[in-house]
Amino acid sequence: MTKAFFDHIATTPLDPRVFEAMRPYFLEWYGNPSSHIHSQGQAALRAVDRARAEVAALIGAKAGEIVFTSGATESNNLAVLGAAEGAGTGKRHVVVSDVEHFSVMNALIPLRNAGYEVTVLPVDGNGVVDPDAVRKALRADTALLSVMHANAEIGTIEPVGPIGRIAKEAGVTFHVDATASAGHIPMDVREIPADLVTLSAHNFYGPKGAGALYLREGTKVAPRTFGGFQEMGYRAGTENVPAVVGMGAAATLAGREMGAWAEHLTRLGKTLWDGLAAIPMLHYTGHPSERLPGHVSFWVEHVEGESLLLFLDMKGVMAASGSACSSNLRGHDEEDLVASPVLRAIGVPSDICTGSITFSLGKGNTADEVRQALDALPDIVERLRAMSPTYLDYQKRHVKGG
Amino acid sequence: MAAGPYSEKVMDHFMNPRNVGEIDGADGVGEVGNPACGDMMRLYLKIEEGLVRDAKFRTFGCGAAIASSSMLTEMIKGKTVEEARAITNQQVAEALDGLPAVKIHCSVMAEQAVKSALDDYVKKHAG
Repeated sequence: MTKAFFDHIATTPLDPRVFEAMRPYFLEWYGNPSSHIHSQGQAALRAVDRARAEVAALIGAKAGEIVFTSGATESNNLAVLGAAEGAGTGKRHVVVSDVEHFSVMNALIPLRNAGYEVTVLPVDGNGVVDPDAVRKALRADTALLSVMHANAEIGTIEPVGPIGRIAKEAGVTFHVDATASAGHIPMDVREIPADLVTLSAHNFYGPKGAGALYLREGTKVAPRTFGGFQEMGYRAGTENVPAVVGMGAAATLAGREMGAWAEHLTRLGKTLWDGLAAIPMLHYTGHPSERLPGHVSFWVEHVEGESLLLFLDMKGVMAASGSACSSNLRGHDEEDLVASPVLRAIGVPSDICTGSITFSLGKGNTADEVRQALDALPDIVERLRAMSPTYLDYQKRHVKGG
Repeated sequence: MAAGPYSEKVMDHFMNPRNVGEIDGADGVGEVGNPACGDMMRLYLKIEEGLVRDAKFRTFGCGAAIASSSMLTEMIKGKTVEEARAITNQQVAEALDGLPAVKIHCSVMAEQAVKSALDDYVKKHAG
């Protein structure tokens, strides 16, 4: 049985070309970029500088505007907390969308504790932030606006261009979490007036443990880590050189190939969308057209998400759920079992929030793998519904009604 | 499957649940949980001479919820009403070789379902 991986929004497999680029920086060139009086350190410094230029090129930035971090979580934390502090006294207001990642949302906790006021922008049924709502939310004392480029769970792409122009007019620092979108759809900071952009290498076929924060020249951000003067003082600590090199290589590949990837993913995604129509009472989530290529998300009435995913895995098909059940399996207690905040934000009833499924396709997926998923799904849905008391009640109502 | 979040026993009862269905003219029916909380279980009991002669269930829920439901029905069949009422969620979880911490509520749901079905039985047969 072939194993079909459809969870690329959680992570992507490392591209073998990226691995080859990283390889020499484990055993051969192990130097510390900050200790470059000798050739080992110089090689490491050159590699990090090259990677910086490569990552910058992916989003139309200058190399000096890229700060390497350990990943998207650290970048988002640095953006939110750093920009709030960097805005200076008197600016004690932060605006975020209702569908931001936990690494943005939970970074607001210490801000609230410190007396900051937070405005959370609602989204519509497709998960889209209304630029007019942004305009109304921004104030003279707003330190930061944070709106993601694309949502991992429902695939929706946010209008960050219009939103960024509003932020610019208002003189508010604008952060865009591009973790889910970078390397998949174009993002150019010369067109989108973002001041801070979060990037994560392992979401575009690079290694885990490498991320970046773009800081537009002149943006005031206070550091969150304290130590040496690495990363222009924004992020102390010796760089993870092999991972940084991998991020650079992955950025170059993505910049060159993302058009072809998107075409392939859109085609496969359409096959999946079309095939799913055969399942009765299945509802798509997210925006129908303004969405990540190859991202297919939905929920099925009378079917609980985790059960569906467990059965799919048995059939060699790996997908994911926004469901509290599966996403928090490693949580510490039942307090962690909350319905997906994103699905709640788009108005999906809470009894359905546990049933959301996300298929995020990758460049390595094939039409056969999509077929494998489509072949497996109807039986699984049937089987779980046959077990469900809610479906039994539905059938009885249906018979009675008809 | 032991490498996943669940024990082999949980996976067995999830993949091949025992006693799924309904009992026509059940002596006791219990329903607990709520789809809004992610799981819901309905339990049907056939009771004769103080013994649980048959038990069937329908459950909407995660792997642990379905496995707990299935295991519970196995555990109560043939037991006296008193013995069935005394079954605890820990016993259900132990019989499944354990559940992840966040899934303990699934075994609680099973325990509550049998108590709810027995309450219904008592109500139906009172007087």
